[in-house]
Amino acid sequence: MPRRQTGCRLLGIASVYTKSTAWQGGGKVKQHRNDLLLAAAVLLLAAAVWFFSRPGGSGAWVVVTVDGQETGRYALDQDRTVTIGEADYNVLEISGGQAAVVEASCADHTCVRTGWISREGETIVCLPHRLVVRIQGASGELDAVAR
Amino acid sequence: MTAGKNSRELARFALLVALAMVLSWLESLVPLSLTVPGVKLGLANLVVIFALYKLGPRQAAVISLVRVLLITFTFGNAFSFAYSLTGAALSFVVMLLLKKTGKFSLLGVSIAGGVCHDIGQILVAMAVLGTAELIWYLPALLIAGTVAGVCIGAAGALVTARVKL
Repeated sequence: MPRRQTGCRLLGIASVYTKSTAWQGGGKVKQHRNDLLLAAAVLLLAAAVWFFSRPGGSGAWVVVTVDGQETGRYALDQDRTVTIGEADYNVLEISGGQAAVVEASCADHTCVRTGWISREGETIVCLPHRLVVRIQGASGELDAVAR
Repeated sequence: MTAGKNSRELARFALLVALAMVLSWLESLVPLSLTVPGVKLGLANLVVIFALYKLGPRQAAVISLVRVLLITFTFGNAFSFAYSLTGAALSFVVMLLLKKTGKFSLLGVSIAGGVCHDIGQILVAMAVLGTAELIWYLPALLIAGTVAGVCIGAAGALVTARVKL
């Protein structure tokens, strides 16, 4: 088949499907309404979760947790570089009131791509190393003193 | 020959498992996740949905499970197995239930599947990391799951309508 003809045929198929409801599963009108309602409900839930869990004011502490155990707590306003772990390592940098994992030995580097965090509640996660870096507000100060 | 039907079924089964596995692998080559871990299109779900509508729940469940096992043995580890299995299982059960109600079209079923896959994965991540802070990622994952569900559902509907078994 010549190339042009194939192209025309593909376009023809595409135009049929944009007009038809085949791409929606060819179901009944009621089903499509329910599909829409489902999608809307999920997006609403997303908005609700975002609203209630969004990061708060500026943080004061950088809390490092490995395997659910807190392993370190650093003041956000003191610049420093910390290496967490040995063979499986993440390098945490605190600079100018922000924190980031700048280097890591994990495979996916999601932690490095997360970038800089500074607001209360923001987190950096490294799933392969079970590491969580979380920004905590000034209220966490008491804990630090107690330690 | 009576053997003809069985061998054809077996071949079809193997073909779908292979397809699901290759789609998972292809997807892992193109990382979509920029800041949120676990965001992906879920191309393999296309095969699962196709099997769910064309072959029945039992076959679809087996295809999904075998795919997770094969992908884990080939590329994964114990943790990725836990994420994949929980995501796939939760997504499958919810898709099956929604399909059974008859109130949603394939598109709606696919959206639910995409969203539940992400919810399952984040639940495992929360359990593994022992932290509830990950709930922070949920909104992004819900939106990503919905978008992925629409894409996969639209493609799945076309494939299901056109492929004759």
